[in-house]
Amino acid sequence: MSHVLNVIWFVLLGVLFAGYAILDGFDFGVGMLSLLVKDDAERRLLLNSIGPVWDGNEVWLVTGGGAMFAAFPNVYATVFSGFYPVFMLLLVALIFRGVSIEFRSKEPMRWWRNLWDTNFFIGSVLAALLLGAFVGNMAYGVALNRHGTYTGGFWALLNPYALLVGVTTVALFMMHGSIYLVMKTQGNLHERLRGWVNNSIIFFIICYATTTMATLLYDRHLTLEVRKHPIFFVVAILNMLAIANIPREIFHKRDFRAFLSSCFSIAALLSLLAIGLFPNIVYARNNPAHSLTIYNASSSALTLKIMLIIAIIGMPIVLAYTTYIYWVFRGKVRIDEHSY
Amino acid sequence: MNTLWLSRVQFGLTISFHYLFPPLSIGLGVMMVVMEAMYLKTRKKVYESMTRFWTRIFALTFGLGVATGIVMEFEFGTNWANYSRFVGDVFGAPLASEGIFAFFLESGFLAVLLFGWDRVGPKTHFFSTLMVSLGSIFSALWINVANSWMQTPAGFHLVWHNGVVRAQITNFWQVVFNPSTVDRLVHVLLGAFMSGAFLVLSVGAYYVLKRRHEEFGRICVRIALIAAVIGALAQLVSGDFNAKMIGKYQPAKLAAFEGHFPADAPAGMSLFGWVDSKTQTVYGLRIPGMLSWLMYYNTKAPVIGLDHFPPALRPPVNPVFQSYHAMVAIGMALIFITLLGVFYLWRGTLFQKRWLLWVFVISVIGPELANELGWFSAEVGRQPWIVYGIMKTSQGVSPHLAAGEVLASIIMFGIMYVLLGLLFIFLMNRKIQQGPGEAVVALPIPTAPVSGHARLDA
Repeated sequence: MSHVLNVIWFVLLGVLFAGYAILDGFDFGVGMLSLLVKDDAERRLLLNSIGPVWDGNEVWLVTGGGAMFAAFPNVYATVFSGFYPVFMLLLVALIFRGVSIEFRSKEPMRWWRNLWDTNFFIGSVLAALLLGAFVGNMAYGVALNRHGTYTGGFWALLNPYALLVGVTTVALFMMHGSIYLVMKTQGNLHERLRGWVNNSIIFFIICYATTTMATLLYDRHLTLEVRKHPIFFVVAILNMLAIANIPREIFHKRDFRAFLSSCFSIAALLSLLAIGLFPNIVYARNNPAHSLTIYNASSSALTLKIMLIIAIIGMPIVLAYTTYIYWVFRGKVRIDEHSY
Repeated sequence: MNTLWLSRVQFGLTISFHYLFPPLSIGLGVMMVVMEAMYLKTRKKVYESMTRFWTRIFALTFGLGVATGIVMEFEFGTNWANYSRFVGDVFGAPLASEGIFAFFLESGFLAVLLFGWDRVGPKTHFFSTLMVSLGSIFSALWINVANSWMQTPAGFHLVWHNGVVRAQITNFWQVVFNPSTVDRLVHVLLGAFMSGAFLVLSVGAYYVLKRRHEEFGRICVRIALIAAVIGALAQLVSGDFNAKMIGKYQPAKLAAFEGHFPADAPAGMSLFGWVDSKTQTVYGLRIPGMLSWLMYYNTKAPVIGLDHFPPALRPPVNPVFQSYHAMVAIGMALIFITLLGVFYLWRGTLFQKRWLLWVFVISVIGPELANELGWFSAEVGRQPWIVYGIMKTSQGVSPHLAAGEVLASIIMFGIMYVLLGLLFIFLMNRKIQQGPGEAVVALPIPTAPVSGHARLDA
């Protein structure tokens, strides 16, 4: 029973982080694209397309962090202390991004608005890059001692593979955000955004292909599980189909379906990583025996059970009212007196 | 300084700055629920504009609370990895619950509260305000459960896990309702209600004094004054409960509050003073036997003093003494001015007492400061323990974390927080100066979808 709970929590953490990537992913994408429009009214439209929801989207990260603390405390401790500079910079990026959204339209001066718009852009790119680099390091594996403590030092975090995944994440979120914006806008801006979707898809596919090659060359440990169970290759194929489906749906002006494809491909990418890592969470590249797994790094069976009960009670309610709130703010974004 | 001390400084700095905002949001949330309920009941325009105005202020405090709050959740892992490994099995569950039951609720319905005025009906909007307020209270609940467990750990046992000792849950409800949870939660929530009430009181009094939005200001003062006096008086009772609880479960902390050294003797209470730990003397005005009486209703009853504990297990006495006494003094002052205010309100002369209104204007600093000082007393007072009686703070710090990295992040947070603090005051002041009524939109609102040719400035 206890081992089942460990697997369940591995999956649930995956769901929380996939939820975060899908939801805050388009927020980051919108931030990255926001400087491409020059007109103040259009920038406000972009910003307000995520206005009511970005804050709630970020909660997925906070809850994911809390769940990781509760379910796999050793992973939480190792990752957060080991990746210290990455997380500190991520905090700066998230804080500046958040207050930029909050502050930018509070004053009319052009310099004020440009300042916060620029911060919004930098914060979005930096956060996506750092989150991607973090995922890259998790995929690549890190140096751990036998207590499961990170010993790799600062510069090892900036290895080329991690940076490549960082750039790929930027591309992924840019694509995701541009599709979201197509869905939320109308008129001339909407037509221009369609062009950006195509460009960002090309950017993403180049990055994705490079990352895949690098993964096959340098991260052999990620491929073992798929070799053992070839059925998992279906996920990779579905992922490719989902990405290929995006330009098709955009061409037919079925924007929502394009967005769903994009969401699916983010979930599929994270699933591939999870399958590759399983049962490790933090892979020790220096000595795989030191890896933190879902068994040796987890909380007790009782805590996992309590947490599962909490999740079963809480998450359906969360999903219900989150859906309701997205439904309240459905349709094309419009600016009113309450907008940012 | 080493990684341990730098990490202490960083945690103290980031939590102190963070804690300026959540009490305001929690308190203001409750005030907004009251105002919007009155609007729904009376349908008077002034209550609607009150709700809208305070919602705009709320958005600011909430935004900064969220932005600075994420830091806290990360810091357990980044700076206190050994602590996290030791307690994760117990401590993680309340943190995750805070995310699931509180953060989702408040940030989700905040969208409807801020942006949904024209998209949902008044009742649904009121429901959203209620949910945001409830979410912020749940958040206080769960984080208090987590912190109270560190103060008075319960419902766990110590086990070997991968060659190190760690705490594991044996009974979830004992963790949640550990001996200090309820007393401390009530104290924290009352502190938060006071923060919100005194903010409304302060701004309302300011408008009355400046003869701007006078009707609005008077109603704000009336509602807030009643909330403030109830909060301030209840806080006194709650403080008494907490002192008794601390005396029972954390006697070294209580002894430090009053600078009481003798291991087993009746204890006095100082009104103010200065503790010299070397000579074990408290200089100042002291009422003999008062602490004994407050604890046991007997001025002769012995109270455990600091000498009961080896010096290595005592908190730094004078800082704890000072912050505790400053908190109590502020609390007493707030009770005094609100009682006076209520008296004049009853006599119908409150709005002629301009000096008292000016006192109200600056009184907003009181609860904020007292909240901070209360936490200093609670957290410094339990040193050297990070989990009381079980794990020392020095044992909790991250291994392999370089002091330089922590120093760099402290400098970074320092600069950023100064900047954010100044911006917060600036924008807050702007909103208060703009006043209720129309939301000020800096640019005209486009009536039609903006197209590339129909620019606003064309």
